[in-house]
Amino acid sequence: MNIPLLSNPRGLWTLFVREMHRFMKVKMQTLVAPVLTATLYLLIFRYAIGNRTVPGVGVDVVAFLIPGLVMMTMLQNAFANTSSSIITGKVMHVHIYLLMAPLTALEVVLAFLAAALVRALLVGLVLLLALIPFAGLSMPPHPWLILYYGVCGSLILAALGFVGGMWADKFDDMALINNFVILPLTLLSGVFFSSSQLPSLWQTINGYNPFFYLIDGFRYGFLGAGDTDPMQGIVATGLAALASALLCWRLWAMGWNMKE
Amino acid sequence: MSAALHVAGLTKVYGNGKKALAGLELEVPTGSFFALLGPNGAGKSTLINILADTVREGGGEARLFGRDLFAERLWSKRQMGVVPQEVAFDPFFSARELLHTACGYHGLRPDRAWIDELLERLGLAEHADKNTRQLSGGMRRRLLVAQALVHRPPLVILDEPTAGVDVELRRRLWQFMREINTHGTTILLTTHYLEEAEELCDRVAIIDRGRAIAAAPMRELLGELGNTQIRLSYAQPPGSALLADPLLAPFNPRLGEGGQLMLDYARQTGGFDGAYQAARTLFGAPQSLEMVSERLEDVFVRLTEKCEGQG
Repeated sequence: MNIPLLSNPRGLWTLFVREMHRFMKVKMQTLVAPVLTATLYLLIFRYAIGNRTVPGVGVDVVAFLIPGLVMMTMLQNAFANTSSSIITGKVMHVHIYLLMAPLTALEVVLAFLAAALVRALLVGLVLLLALIPFAGLSMPPHPWLILYYGVCGSLILAALGFVGGMWADKFDDMALINNFVILPLTLLSGVFFSSSQLPSLWQTINGYNPFFYLIDGFRYGFLGAGDTDPMQGIVATGLAALASALLCWRLWAMGWNMKE
Repeated sequence: MSAALHVAGLTKVYGNGKKALAGLELEVPTGSFFALLGPNGAGKSTLINILADTVREGGGEARLFGRDLFAERLWSKRQMGVVPQEVAFDPFFSARELLHTACGYHGLRPDRAWIDELLERLGLAEHADKNTRQLSGGMRRRLLVAQALVHRPPLVILDEPTAGVDVELRRRLWQFMREINTHGTTILLTTHYLEEAEELCDRVAIIDRGRAIAAAPMRELLGELGNTQIRLSYAQPPGSALLADPLLAPFNPRLGEGGQLMLDYARQTGGFDGAYQAARTLFGAPQSLEMVSERLEDVFVRLTEKCEGQG
């Protein structure tokens, strides 16, 4: 069987637009709510902790929190976009229209990941604009690191959401992944604290959390300071994004958990 | 001309061990209006789902207009418009948006004139901009039909398309389908409304337990496998003891309401003379005689019951 990688650019575009349309139709839930949640986090931590410098990184706590919150929100939204689309499709039995469409597996994966990436970047941008009044406006020292970690991190989470959606058979399965994997890994990834503030055992455990490197690299782009050297994680992050996209492609081509 | 669909030795066993298709053989001629009938669980929807690529095939072969359906999936999907049995829609979109999306999936720019015509012909024009959640069950089912036709496929597969659709709209739907068929589109229909199949379809296949148990042009099937019944009325109804007479045995003799003697004979054997003479020998000339031909439903019930008996 000889299936081309790309054969239907209009089909790919249509699926991408449909995915965009899907989250834009409920923008209160997909754009406004995450921005509000992250802003509340910032306010609470800002007033709970007070004006302090974060040990190990040496920056003001608000300046420290903002990139972490932005990245965490982007990652969660990238995951939510793909996972909710696929699991909702399966539960409502509308996934069959996607299976019946003359789209290659690569086209399906590209459309899903691209739409999730756009949502993540859009949420990140709106959140950043909303948080600027708390920290002031200044040119970040490494904008390309922000873009690189923002894009790669969102793609990795979008791909995990895609695979999670394929794996799950009901909303409860999805909640399991969300609450027991994604949420702890993002919350414990150094959004609210520097790794150097942790006891050594937790520092070691945190070293195995891939989200930690994504958030730290992203933050480094804003602050020029972080827990690790962001250059160390660059290749691994890029490879992880590529590998997770390839996994999605392979699983969709197999029809894994989508076709009986 | 190649058959629109040729299926040979198709098998499917689900993960739970249920054997849905057991070497199905089927040929749907190009341009036909083809009825695929069978009791619940016969394998009709499994076949359709395999063709539509929502269920994996077990083994066997399927050719679409002469080309290998499984090897040329993308091409095949463009040739088919499938109306699935289950009515489900993306809840975020209106009827018109869904049709535009369906066009795009097939690599086509939305053909607005055709979309408007589909909406009009299927009685959905007034509801085109409503969200699918606001549509009634019957409207949703017709929207499924519009969705399957939007890319003008040469083969349309309809899996129970009229369940829940009222009589008037059903009639309009079938009129539209007939027109499409007249213009060359092959239609493969599964339905439990056998009178609809008998009226619309020129060919029929009956499947049971994953195998075809009959396949023929509709007229031939009714002619070859359909029985004719003669009902003979006498001034004095025949005594039941005489019904056991060996002369009548080949004709399944029984008494109907009002003491009518009912005899069956197979149309293909031209057995009218035999049945009539046997009755006349035993009971004399009848006062009246009525002939009733079996409908598709009778043939269907008899064939599937026979199959069950053998199983």
